[in-house]
Amino acid sequence: MVKRIIGRGLLAGAVAGLLAFAFARIFAEPQIDKAIAYESGRDAAQEALDKAAGLPPDMGGGPDLFSRTVQADVGLGVGMVFFGMAMGALFAVAYLLCLGRTGRLRARTLSVLVAGGGLLGFYVVPFLKYPANPPAIGHAETIQQRGSLYLVMVLCSVVFLAGAVWLGQRLQTRFGNWNATLLGAAAYVVAIGIVMALLPSLGDLSDNVRLYGHHATETPLPLTDPRGHIVYPGFPADVLFGFRLFSVLAQLVLWGAIGLVFAPMAQRLLQPAPAGARPKEASPGAGSAPDPVTT
Amino acid sequence: MSSLSASAATHGATTPEAGAPAIPVVVPHARAVLLLVSTAVIALAVYYFIGVDQGAVSVFGNDMHVHEFVHDARHFLGFPCH
Repeated sequence: MVKRIIGRGLLAGAVAGLLAFAFARIFAEPQIDKAIAYESGRDAAQEALDKAAGLPPDMGGGPDLFSRTVQADVGLGVGMVFFGMAMGALFAVAYLLCLGRTGRLRARTLSVLVAGGGLLGFYVVPFLKYPANPPAIGHAETIQQRGSLYLVMVLCSVVFLAGAVWLGQRLQTRFGNWNATLLGAAAYVVAIGIVMALLPSLGDLSDNVRLYGHHATETPLPLTDPRGHIVYPGFPADVLFGFRLFSVLAQLVLWGAIGLVFAPMAQRLLQPAPAGARPKEASPGAGSAPDPVTT
Repeated sequence: MSSLSASAATHGATTPEAGAPAIPVVVPHARAVLLLVSTAVIALAVYYFIGVDQGAVSVFGNDMHVHEFVHDARHFLGFPCH
């Protein structure tokens, strides 16, 4: 049974990754191209400024190992599908741990709930503190700190979420379902809120303050020449918004597909409808649904 | 299929010897646990290679092929990049 559930999680994840890839290919790539065009233009403007100031040309930027076409088609596809499968596998593990511990929730309802938890824990909550950024945003000097901070955020949000579910279950006997759920959620908000308040904003990292001054984020500001004239604009706000919006929507597609593709498969596997009879909702005898997994 | 059906017997089905209390299962569902843990570890490794490797830290040293290949996905999935 464990193997079957994990296999179905992987399958749901692969389907979800494909859907998310299609979404990303259509909606995200135009924004990424605009961001890269901005980056190239800005580099050129910076180079002209450096030249005028008599500075040696900056030979930064690695070689292009893959063409943009490969990155946008194959790379994006492989990345999204494998990410979907990884999330599908973790989803299946979480689902298995929940089975038999969630009262009378139906197998398919649990699937959607666990997927919602994945969306929240792995993406939405970390996004609130460190939102997704298109190319051209992000200083090379701070990649180590940004990477660690993001992972700390993901780790805290996932662990706290699991803790909140556990807490809610502990409180359920005393306060009932509704209030215990609210209390668990409140504990999660408080705990993750404290972590968010403690972690630094990206603009406050010491390297950024030293090199660029005090700003909230790393989003490029207008480039000015020594006399203060703007020679190249700041990062276009609409591109940034579009990229982030589509990034959130793609995760909705991904986790939504994992939950909804997995749901009927799990339902059939765990709570098959008795042959002939249409599934009647919970006949008064409590716990009537056979539960082949947890017994 | 078989991994849990074996462990299913651990619940409730106590066969007490005369007088002696049954010893509880100390490591329940050992095979299932192993399967869950290895699945999670592999999934996290994939997560790492798509999201993190050759950025902040790198297991292949100063090579950028993985990073550049999944570049767009990495940005779009919300990971820090560059």
